Amino acid sequence: MAAGVATWLPFARAAAVGWLPLAKKTMPKPPVDKKSRNDEILFVNVSGLRFQTWKNTLDRYPDTLLGSSEKEFFYNEDTQEYFFDRDPEMFRHILNFYRTGKLHYPKQECIQAFDEELAFYGIVPDIIGDCCMEEYRDRKKENQERLAEDTEAENATDTPLPPDSTSRERLWRAFENPHTSTMALVFYYVTGFFIAVSVIANVVETVPCRPPKGSKKDLPCGEKYTLAFFCMDTACVLIFTFEYLMRLFAAPSRCKFMRSVMSVIDVVAIMPYYIGLVMPENEDVSGAFVTLRVFRVFRIFKFSRHSQGLRILGYTLKSCASELGFLLFSLTMAIIIFATVMFYAEKGTKGTNFTSIPASFWYTIVTMTTLGYGDMVPNTIAGKIFGSICSLSGVLVIALPVPVIVSNFSRIYHQNQRADKMRAQQKVRLARIRLAKKGTTNAFLQYKEEGGFQGRGSDNAVCLKNRSSFEHQHHHLLHCLEKTTNHEFTDELTFSEMCMTESVGYRTSRSTSISSQQGVSTSCCPRRAKRRAIRLANSTVSVSRGSVQELDTLQVHKTSSGPQSRSSLNARTEDLKLNCEDRDFTAAIISIPTPPANTPDESLPPSPAIPGILRNSRPTSFTHETVKISSL
Amino acid sequence: MGAVVGTLTLQTRQRQPSRDNIDDELEMTMVSHRPEGLEQLEAQTNFTKQELQVLYRGFKNECPSGVVNEETFKHIYAQFFPHGDASTYAHYLFNAFDTRNNGSIKFEDFVMGLSTLLRGTVREKLEWTFHLYDINKDGLINKEEMTEIVRAIYDMMGKYTYPALKGDVPKQHVDAFFEKMDKNKDGVVTLEEFVLACQEDENMMRSIQLFENVM
Repeated sequence: MAAGVATWLPFARAAAVGWLPLAKKTMPKPPVDKKSRNDEILFVNVSGLRFQTWKNTLDRYPDTLLGSSEKEFFYNEDTQEYFFDRDPEMFRHILNFYRTGKLHYPKQECIQAFDEELAFYGIVPDIIGDCCMEEYRDRKKENQERLAEDTEAENATDTPLPPDSTSRERLWRAFENPHTSTMALVFYYVTGFFIAVSVIANVVETVPCRPPKGSKKDLPCGEKYTLAFFCMDTACVLIFTFEYLMRLFAAPSRCKFMRSVMSVIDVVAIMPYYIGLVMPENEDVSGAFVTLRVFRVFRIFKFSRHSQGLRILGYTLKSCASELGFLLFSLTMAIIIFATVMFYAEKGTKGTNFTSIPASFWYTIVTMTTLGYGDMVPNTIAGKIFGSICSLSGVLVIALPVPVIVSNFSRIYHQNQRADKMRAQQKVRLARIRLAKKGTTNAFLQYKEEGGFQGRGSDNAVCLKNRSSFEHQHHHLLHCLEKTTNHEFTDELTFSEMCMTESVGYRTSRSTSISSQQGVSTSCCPRRAKRRAIRLANSTVSVSRGSVQELDTLQVHKTSSGPQSRSSLNARTEDLKLNCEDRDFTAAIISIPTPPANTPDESLPPSPAIPGILRNSRPTSFTHETVKISSL
Repeated sequence: MGAVVGTLTLQTRQRQPSRDNIDDELEMTMVSHRPEGLEQLEAQTNFTKQELQVLYRGFKNECPSGVVNEETFKHIYAQFFPHGDASTYAHYLFNAFDTRNNGSIKFEDFVMGLSTLLRGTVREKLEWTFHLYDINKDGLINKEEMTEIVRAIYDMMGKYTYPALKGDVPKQHVDAFFEKMDKNKDGVVTLEEFVLACQEDENMMRSIQLFENVM
């Protein structure tokens, strides 16, 4: 609950007087606050710097170190103050958090030191105020990335393999980190060399060589030395195929490997060769096949395995894809507009180059980028005027806004990131609020279940002392509301179960004996059937119309992680004993008398005025059974 | 081109007005309010000086400007009742505290209200409650007003209650209330009828005593 809310609690409780005339039942007694109500000034000494503050200020956040009883560990009797051996500069911010409810991040402090201080004082960093949250997050992300890089660098290179790794793992490691063994290094350089050879061969085979004797035409070298180039190509492709297959074999996850970009490049690089082998020497088809050889140039991308820079470039382009798309879109708009204008301006001219609007695109692009090939020129005056406007605006569109657009895009990009961060943060915040709400709900339900309302004696006092007086008073307030409306708070689980049982049509009345209601047993929880079976096995009661009660004690462990699914327990089940010392409690269950003639899957009708239902429906390994109590 | 540049400038121009609004808001929240002196408040209410000090420190910390408006009030009150929707009841409660009807609660209103509720006589408390129920402040409680209040209270319980809220429970509650309070069965409850009926109700009298030591 928010800190300042504690200030308003007395007010809300006083306002509960307004419920009194409506309440059908008497209000419960308020909790007695034994502690002195006078506020006192506490002294906090942090490494010599003395701070003073009201005790109430610190009590605002009871789940932090300073707000809880944990600070008693640091109390110095001689000097009557709380001494902390921590950074006094940082403590100023921590204390301001208690005073104002907002945590600020000092920009000059190291992020890790700040985090450590927060962890020491038990403050969750999520509550940093909006003003400082962005700075905090950025610094934290930077720090984490740096840490990650460091650990990656550590792990990547020289850690020796575990001794029992398979040859497959060793092979994969050799492929990924060529520096680990000499064989891997050799292989790395060999493949690099062959990539270079293959690329150069592709380039050279198109260069015109001196024609062979007896022919005048210049031949490209590829056709002159066909055999040589073919052998070189075959060798390269064999090496690449071998490499690809080895990688495929060694990859820890073959599907993931096959989907990765590098393997796609590998496949595309070697495919044309194999297709060429398979394809017959047909004139029509080989025309199409020739274009496939273009893909051989993709072999140059295989260098990106060898070069970190290429990889980074690729990654950058990928991450800027949306901005580039926007740039392209705005350019396209301009091109279309000017091309249309030029086309209609030049329409009248005879023999004009501007045959259609798409044909004018070429002119517009060439003019706007100030290339000016001169293959298409306007002839009409209007065309020339618009042509000059086009080239001027080309300068403006391309040259001037490029830096502006670049910075705009970087700003838009950061803004979007911030918006996404805010949205994510908002989601986290909402989730936290929901969790806190749930926590309060569950705290209240658990409080009721532990029979907090009846003064029951010393064994209760132990476990009830764990709660702050604020919680006591808040629970009292909620209890008053329950009494006013004569309804009780439950949690969602219980509520839905009750709805289900009621919809199946339970009815019970004292006068009639319990008749077995078959067919209603299989409700939502298969556990219920088991429960009933267990209880039947335990109960040894004879039939009677009244409420014969069989006390059954069960060991139910309650873990401290929280009352996730406690339902309401009316304190009227007197036999509930709480043994709080070892945090598990023995529950007494009152089971319904059942006629022995009933079949095992007899269902127990919960009357609408059921005084007590204890259900522990959380399936942990500790609970032996989950029990439903009802008494007539 | 020109169009692109034009659209960019358009966007920046649209953002200007919103910034002006923020500036206006900033100015308004700067207005703060100081309460009357400590001695006067001590004379007017039933609190001691120390209690007033503690109350004011908490109040000022929450609302540095010295006033609480209805939104803040609803927000604060909703934190106490996370199960359901406390906004309607908070609205009525706000009106009950806002005796000057100017849409905000100052520290004096706050402390006077608390003084009545915690340290006042039984009659004063009953009068305060009557004014809470009397939504239109005409001196009479009719069934509609009561139904609104009761519905607002049941809204605070939320959805998950035991036993489940079936039928028109608030209406039944209101009928029972009128049964008890409306002596002459004229459909409205006056202050005197209210006070009389409450004083006859033992449960209520007992409960009223319980709330003395909230501070």
